[in-house]
This record gives sequence, structure tokens and C-alpha cells, in this order.
Amino acid sequence: MASNPPITDQGPLLTADGTPLKVSLQRSLRQNRNRAMLLVLPPLLFLVLLFVIPIGDMLLRSVDDKLVNEVLPRTFDAFEEWDKQSEPPEELFAALFEDLKAAEKVERGKVSVRMNYAKPGWRSLVKKTSRRLKRMDGPPYKEQFIKIDERWADQEFWLSLGIMKDRYTAGYYWNAVDRTYDFDKNVILQDENRRVYNLLWWRTILVSFIVTIACLLLAYPVSYLLATLPMRISNLLMICVLMPFWTSLLVRIVAWMIMLQQNGVVNDTLVWAGLLGEENRLAMMYNFNGTIIVMTQILLPFMILPIFSVMKTIPPSYMKAAQNLGATPTMAFIRVYMPQTIPGVGAGCILVFIVAIGYYITPELVGGKDGRLIGNMVAHHMQRSLNWGLAAAMGTILLIMILLLYWIYDKIVGIDNMKMG
Amino acid sequence: MALPIYATPGQRIWHYTYLAFCVFVLFFLVAPLVAVIPLSFTATPFLNFTPEMLALDPDAFSVRWYKSLFGMCDDVDDSASTMCHNKWMVGAGRSLYYAVISTVLATGLGTLAALGLSSEHMPAKRAIMALMISPLIVPLIITAAGMAFFFARVNLSNTDAGIILAHTILGLPFVVITVTSTLVGFDRGLMRAAANLGGAPAYNFWKIQMPLIAPGMISGALFAFITSFDEIVIILFIGGPDQHTLPRQMWSGIRQEISPTILSAATILVLFSIVLLTTLELLRRRSERLRGMTPQ
Repeated sequence: MASNPPITDQGPLLTADGTPLKVSLQRSLRQNRNRAMLLVLPPLLFLVLLFVIPIGDMLLRSVDDKLVNEVLPRTFDAFEEWDKQSEPPEELFAALFEDLKAAEKVERGKVSVRMNYAKPGWRSLVKKTSRRLKRMDGPPYKEQFIKIDERWADQEFWLSLGIMKDRYTAGYYWNAVDRTYDFDKNVILQDENRRVYNLLWWRTILVSFIVTIACLLLAYPVSYLLATLPMRISNLLMICVLMPFWTSLLVRIVAWMIMLQQNGVVNDTLVWAGLLGEENRLAMMYNFNGTIIVMTQILLPFMILPIFSVMKTIPPSYMKAAQNLGATPTMAFIRVYMPQTIPGVGAGCILVFIVAIGYYITPELVGGKDGRLIGNMVAHHMQRSLNWGLAAAMGTILLIMILLLYWIYDKIVGIDNMKMG
Repeated sequence: MALPIYATPGQRIWHYTYLAFCVFVLFFLVAPLVAVIPLSFTATPFLNFTPEMLALDPDAFSVRWYKSLFGMCDDVDDSASTMCHNKWMVGAGRSLYYAVISTVLATGLGTLAALGLSSEHMPAKRAIMALMISPLIVPLIITAAGMAFFFARVNLSNTDAGIILAHTILGLPFVVITVTSTLVGFDRGLMRAAANLGGAPAYNFWKIQMPLIAPGMISGALFAFITSFDEIVIILFIGGPDQHTLPRQMWSGIRQEISPTILSAATILVLFSIVLLTTLELLRRRSERLRGMTPQ
């Protein structure tokens, strides 16, 4: 023991060029990290600039109510001073006159569209009045306004300004779930005949749910077959699964139109087989059923592939062992095999649900009236009614639902485990 | 999956019911696509099988819809509601143009990202990976809506550049995923050996790493290509009349003037998808062989 030389302090370990090993190693690690970050930077910037920022921009738009305040500042000032009980005072009319006169024609149009969401009728009122602004004499304006359109005497229009007086609003979100503000900015239910969105949200969730379950019921047995057959045959059958996956979405929709229409292949076959009378051919297209059938076929591969890849890893000997220990085949399958497939089932279900909930093209083309989903409403407000605030709010709600599911998916499966084809 | 010889009648019935069910599901997947092919050779301007076609009467079949697809409209009679402008071919050209450029961009950017993300020294790896894959998860309608607002603001809507950039975003996750999974099997010792032998990093990448991860890059590129080539929502939201692609032509074909021309286009696309599928399968086998696994 005593013969061992005492450990002397020789200073830190040095590398060939004389720097301490620790420093040198740290520098090398830092270099590696910087190199990795440098590689990731361009694609990351690209993605942030063209994907994250646009979506963030959309989120802002869903709460943005600045435009009205910027175009009609005097009106809102006068509105604050008004006691809301008495008749609208002359100052309010004068302020609105000044604001409308100062605004450009395009801005007046945009503002009147926004005001129309708060109370229907604003748009025509502003349009009608704007045309006569030039011919108006000086103050007082009240009489002249009412002479142009007697709705100006209606307190409700003036009171509705209260909904728009803030620069940010949650109104579009309330609209997206069939609620609206009353003139005191309390949240109330929409009028009976204008309630559509709650129905659509529920229908979207219902359709996604039905499609997910249908996909699971169809995919599970097939995945089992594919996973247990000899490779040579299962590879061949796999083509049946992958071919629709690789075929253009629109082509698949056209194909389904041929199958499901009134004179389609399915109806023709049923009539030919005598299962169906010529006069009561099934309506399977342009309705709820059409959406379900077509979406199930389109999303089925998303369910089969994850379940298949999990089943592939389960050794067949487990089932044999279970049966050897006295379980019936059914029992062995339920108690031993099925629990092991849960990760694949979970992954497939979440994946199908996520994709289904945001569907737009398929319901648009085969859904008819009662097969439309929330995605179609977003498109409608983007392209037809131009109520962009509402479209953005609906998109945001949808996005939050999906990100939540994506997060769960990441927890269960892990996004790094995502595989293609 | 074969039935043991000692199976009871009950087990036999169950087994064959099960097989029949599986056949039905596979049929459900493929039948619509197969039905398109014979119907695209119809002689009538309608989208259903006529009794003559079912009787295999040669007169009931023709290639007139293929002619109209390729813009040869001389011998198509005027009574049929065919468009004789060459919109289909123009659309296919457009689609190809966008798909090729956005695929090249997505493959380049995606490979860079995958290389960086596979380094063990990369910070915030998981978060960045989640972000890179998110264009695949966020519904197209939301991506399209967000881009429509934003691109209008920066003057990119109704331009080719806008479409190409948007399609690059959509293709990016596929390349990131496929190249990352190829890099899992990549032996980093090779790069160290190359560096030790005096190769510059760029040279080593082109000569050593790139050929080995090429299968992943190509299959990612194929995904990106087909995504762009088939993309319709972005086109509808941020494209103008000049961005008339093949899917857009099919879209208006389905919604307005549905004629069997769309079936001939569909048939060609189905065949196209088979070609892509085969390519991908061959690539997968090559990749596994390169990694020293036995191809399945």
C-alpha cells in the first residue's frame, strides 16, 4: 500500500496543442452544436416565415376590431358621451357625418360590412347615406339623416356601436358557437334561425368519430391478416392498401361518384341482383352517407398502416403459448394479442380523427347539404361571405382542437416514430 | 393463417367469414379505382356503364375522351359537352412545374433540417421536430386560410412564387421524416473516417453521406412531389386564374361540366400512382440492402 506513489497534482489534462482537455472538448461540442443549428436554421426560418407567421396572423385577425375604430373615431367619442337612454343627440350625427366624409369609399364599404355583423341593416344604411353626403347642408344633421332613411331614428343602430367600440373583440369566437353580443356586450344566444354553427361543430365531431370507428372496424381484421400471412402474399395485398393512398384525392372522389351515384355501379349491381327495386335506388351520394363512405375509404390506409406495423412486431409464439396454457383461441386473442396492439390502434385512431376533423374537399364535393363540415364553413366565409374574422375564429378553434390531439399523439406515439408508406 | 386440420366446423365457418370480410375491405379500397379504368373508354358522354358496355360490344368503347384529354378534339362531335381547349394539358404542365420546383426546394431544406436534427448536440430537438412536421398535421384549410391573408399582404397571392412556396412548406415534413429515419441507420463513423483521411466537410457530405441517405431523400421527394402535384386547397385559396393546375381542372370538372374526360385523366393518374408506388418499394429495398438488412 505504502509503495504506491502519492497522487501529485499534475494540473489539468492537456491536449496536443496544450489547451486543457475540458476546454478543448467543450469547444468541440459547441462547434458541433453550432453546426447542427446552422443546418436547421434555414428550413426553420423558412417555416416560421411562411407557415407560423401566417397562421399567427390569422389568429390575430380573429380578434381584431381596429378598423371601425380607426375609420369612425369621432363617432365612437360622441358615442361614449351619449347616455344611451335618451334619443341619439345631434353630436352623434355630426360626428358620424364628419367621419364618413373623411373616410375613403373603400373604407366606408369595409366598415359598413363589419357593422352589419353587429346589427343587420348597417350596410345599406351607410351606403345609402354616403351617397348623399355631398348634397347635405351644414348642421344640424339629425333631421337630414332621418330624412334620408328613417332607420336613423332607431336607437338600436346607435346602441349597436357599443359592440364595436373596443379595438379587440371575442365576438367572432362567440359567433362561431352560435352566440352573439347584445348591445351591452353581454353574450346571448343567436336568433333561432341563425343558429348553424353548433350543429356543424357537432356534426364534424360526429363524422370524424364515425369515420374513425368505421376505419378501426375495417382495418383491424385486415391488418391482422396482412401481419400473419406469409410475406410474399401480404406484400401483394399491401398494394391494395397503398394504391389508394398514392392516388390523387380528386381521382378517388370521382371514382366514388361513379360507384355511388343513382345510376352508379353499386346501385346497378343491387338492382341487377334483384336486391333492390328499380324505383327505390339508394341515395348514397351528396348527403351525409356519401361523406361517411368516401372519407372512410380515403382514411382507411392511415388506420391500417400503424396497426399493421405494430402487429408485425408481436411474436406469434405468444398466442401459441397462451393456448398451450389452456386459453381458447378467442380468449388468447382478446387477453394476449389485443392488448399488445393498443399502441397501433391509438396511433391510427388519433391520426384518422385529426385528418377527418379538418376535412374540406371531400364533404364539399360529395357531402351535399347535410354532409358539410366545419371546414366547409371556413371556406365559405373565406371565399363567399368574406366574413374573414369569423373564418379566422373558426379556423383557430379547429386548430386548437387539432393541436391538442397532436400533443396527445406525440405523448402516445412520439412524432419521431412517424413513418411514411 | 392456414386452418389447422383439426378445426371444428364452427371454426371453419368463422375462418371463412373472416377471410370474406378481409376480401371485402380490400375490395372496398381498390374497387372504385379499378371501376374508373373501363369506364374511361366509354363512347357515351355519361358517367355510367351502359348495357352495351357490359355486353362487351366493341362499339360501346372508344378513346374519344383520351383524345379530348390530350386536346385532339377534331373528331369529337359537338353535341357532347366536351371542352376542346387544351385546359387539361395546360393544367398538367402547370402542376408539373410547381411540383418539380417545390420538390427540389423541399428536398434541399428538409435534408438540411434532418441533418441538423439528427445531431446529438442539437438543442430543443423535439420541439423543432414537432414544428417541422406540423404542416402535415394542421388541416390544409387552416394553412390555406392563414396563407391567403398573409400572402395577400405581401403580394404573393395569385402568383406562381406564392404557390411554389406554399407547396414547399407542405412537402417539407415528408422529407424531414424520411431523411431522419434514414439517418438513424447511418454509421457516423464513416464521416469521422472521411474527415480523418483529410476530406473537407462539404466533399465528405457529397461523396460519402449523400449517396447513403439518397434513398430517404428520394422517397421524401416523391412524397413532396405527389403532395404538390395533387394539391387543390392552396390553389383554390391563393391561386388566381393563371394558376390553373390539373387538380383545379379536375375540381371544376367535377363541379361544373362533368364529362368522361375526367375519367381518362383519372385512369392516367391511377397508373401514375402505381409507378410511384413501385419506385418507392424499390427504394425501400435498396435502402435496407445498403444498411445490411435482408430485403423483405
